[in-house]
Amino acid sequence: MNMLEIKDLNVWFGHSHNRVNAVKGATFSVAEGESFGLVGESGSGKSTILRAITGLAGQWSGEISVNGMQLGKKREKSFYKTVQMVFQDPYASLHPRHSVDQVLGETLSLHGFRDLDARVVKLLDDVGLGQKFRFRYPHQLSGGQRQRVAIARALAPEPKLLLLDEPTSALDVSVQAEILNLLVDLRKDRGLTYVMVSHDLSVVGHMCDRLAVMKSGEIVEILNVAELRQLKAQHPYSQELLQASL
Amino acid sequence: MSTLLDVENLWVKFPTRNGVFDAVRGVSFTLGRERLGIVGESGSGKSMTGRAILRLIRAPGMVEADHISLEGQDLLKMSEKEMRDVRGQRISMVMQDPKFSLNPVMTIGDQIMEAYRLHTNASKSVAYTKSVEMLEAVSIRDPERVMRAYPHEMSGGMGQRIMIAMMLIPNPEILIADEPTSALDVSVQRQVLDIMDRLVKERGMGLIFISHDLNLVSDFCDRVLIMYAGRIVEVCEADKLHEAKHPYTRGLLNSLPRLDKPRDRLEVLQRDPAWSEAPSVSGRI
Ligand SMILES: Nc1ncnc2c1ncn2[C@@H]1O[C@H](COP(=O)(O)OP(=O)(O)OP(=O)(O)O)[C@@H](O)[C@H]1O
Ligand SMILES: Nc1ncnc2c1ncn2[C@@H]1O[C@H](COP(=O)(O)OP(=O)(O)OP(=O)(O)O)[C@@H](O)[C@H]1O
Ligand SMILES: [Mg+2]
Ligand SMILES: [Mg+2]
Repeated sequence: MNMLEIKDLNVWFGHSHNRVNAVKGATFSVAEGESFGLVGESGSGKSTILRAITGLAGQWSGEISVNGMQLGKKREKSFYKTVQMVFQDPYASLHPRHSVDQVLGETLSLHGFRDLDARVVKLLDDVGLGQKFRFRYPHQLSGGQRQRVAIARALAPEPKLLLLDEPTSALDVSVQAEILNLLVDLRKDRGLTYVMVSHDLSVVGHMCDRLAVMKSGEIVEILNVAELRQLKAQHPYSQELLQASL
Repeated sequence: MSTLLDVENLWVKFPTRNGVFDAVRGVSFTLGRERLGIVGESGSGKSMTGRAILRLIRAPGMVEADHISLEGQDLLKMSEKEMRDVRGQRISMVMQDPKFSLNPVMTIGDQIMEAYRLHTNASKSVAYTKSVEMLEAVSIRDPERVMRAYPHEMSGGMGQRIMIAMMLIPNPEILIADEPTSALDVSVQRQVLDIMDRLVKERGMGLIFISHDLNLVSDFCDRVLIMYAGRIVEVCEADKLHEAKHPYTRGLLNSLPRLDKPRDRLEVLQRDPAWSEAPSVSGRI
C-alpha cells in the first residue's frame, strides 16, 4: 500500500501580482516503508510540498492521501500521531522559553503517553544528546544540538510517516552519521516511511530508494537510487545537479 | 601576507548550574587576506569563536583573551560604541540562523535598502536598484517579488542568500560566515562562493568560513582550523585536508556518505578523552 499519494498538487501563496506558484502539478507516491528523497534548486518548492502535507502551506489544489485517507483542508489531531515533520529551520521551530524537557514532555503528553520521564530520557539518548541537555533552553544549544531536539520531538509520538526537511544540514558529519544511522534503524525496526528533503545527494543516496528532482516548482524527474549512483539522469537540470555534486 | 586579525588565547565561558562551561578554550590564530575555514563537530565552539571576535556573546557568557587585534587595535579594549562601528563597517558576520537575524515585521526590500542607505546616503531609488542587483547577484530569481516579501515567505536557502547580500553592503575588511551555504543546492552554492571568492581576491577581504562540510572547505578555503571541544586540534592547508593526521579529523572524513561507495552503516566517531586534553594547536602564521 502507499503511505503517501500526491496527485497533481498545486500550492500557491498570495494573490494577483503577489501570487507565487510554489508547487505546480506535482505527482508522486511513496510506498509504506519506503524512503523518498526530494532534491533540487533552492526555492523550488521542496519545503512547500512537505508543509502542504502537514497542512501548513498556503492554498492548494489536487489530491493528498496519507495511509489511504484523502486529506481535506483541516488536519485532525490524530493526523499528527501518524505524520510528523522535522523543519528546516530548527531555531524557529523551538519555543525560545521552553526547555528541552518541556518540549518533549508536552509533545508526549499531548499524544497521550504516560511514562513521560522514561520516554524523555530514551528520546534524548536516541538522538545522541543525553541527560546533560534535558533542562537547557534553545539559546543554550548549538545549531546541531537544536536540530537533534527537533528530531527527538518528531519521533516522540511514534509516527508512521516522517517528513524530514534538511534534517542534517545543520549537523556536522559525525552527528550526521549518527542521525542517519538512527533513521535507518528506526525505519527497519518500526517500518517507518520517510520523505526527506536534502541538497546533499550523497545523503539522499545513502538514505533513499527513489528521489524526485525539482526545479521552479515542478518535479522534472523521478530517479531510483541506482540511477542516481550511476549518474543516469534524463532531464538536463538533474544532469547538471548530479555532475555538480561529484 | 598581511595580518588583518590576530586572536591570542581566546576563551568563551558560560556559568551554568554545574559550574563554568568553557565553550572555547585558549584558541589562537591569525587571519590574513585569505579564506580561513573552521570545521569541527557540533558544539565544538565554531560559532562562539566567531561571535566572540565581534563581542556578541550575551551575558552571562564571558569572553577572555590576551588580545583580539584588528589591524593592531585590540577589540577587547574598545568601548561598546566603538564596537558598534566595527560591527557595522569593518567586520560583518552572517549568522548560522539567517531568518532569525532578519527583522520579521519588515519587508526584505526595506531591510536591504535601509542597510544600503546607512552606508552610502544614496537616494531611495538608487538604493532600490542596488538592492535588486544584490539579490540578483546571489541568484534570487524574482528579486522584485522578494523585495516586497517578508522573511517568513522565503525558503531556507533564499534567507541565507539574502543575509549574505546584506552583509556585503558595507564592503567589510573581514567577513565571518557561519554555515553560510548549508541550505543551498550545489549550483547556487557555487555562485555564492564565487562572490565571496572575488571579494577576497579583488578587494583583499579576509574570510572566516565556518562549515561542517569538509569537502566544501577543502575545495574552497586556503587554510583550515579543525576544532574539537573548544580547542584547535589540527591546522592544515585546505587542499591537504584529506590527508589530515589527527584521528578526530580522520574520523570526520570517514563518516561522510559517498555516492560512489554505498554502505549500510556510516562510521561514527570513537572519541578519545586525550583529544580534549591536548593543548590547543596554534593557527597563527
Ligand atoms: N509563506 C509564504 N508566502 C509567500 N511565498 C512563500 C511562502 N513560503 C514559501 N514561499 C515561496 O515559495 C517558493 C518555494 O519555497 P520553498 O520553501 O518550498 O523552497 P525550497 O525548495 O524548500 O528551497 P530551499 O532549498 O531554499 O529551502 C519560494 O519562492 C518562496 O519564496
Ligand atoms: N548560553 C549558553 N550557555 C551554556 N552553554 C552554551 C551557551 N551557548 C552555547 N553553549 C555551548 O557552547 C558550545 C559551543 O557552541 P557553538 O555554538 O560554538 O558550537 P558550534 O561549533 O558552532 O556547533 P554547531 O556546528 O552545532 O553550530 C556548545 O556545547 C553549546 O551547547
Ligand atoms: Mg526548504
Ligand atoms: Mg554553530
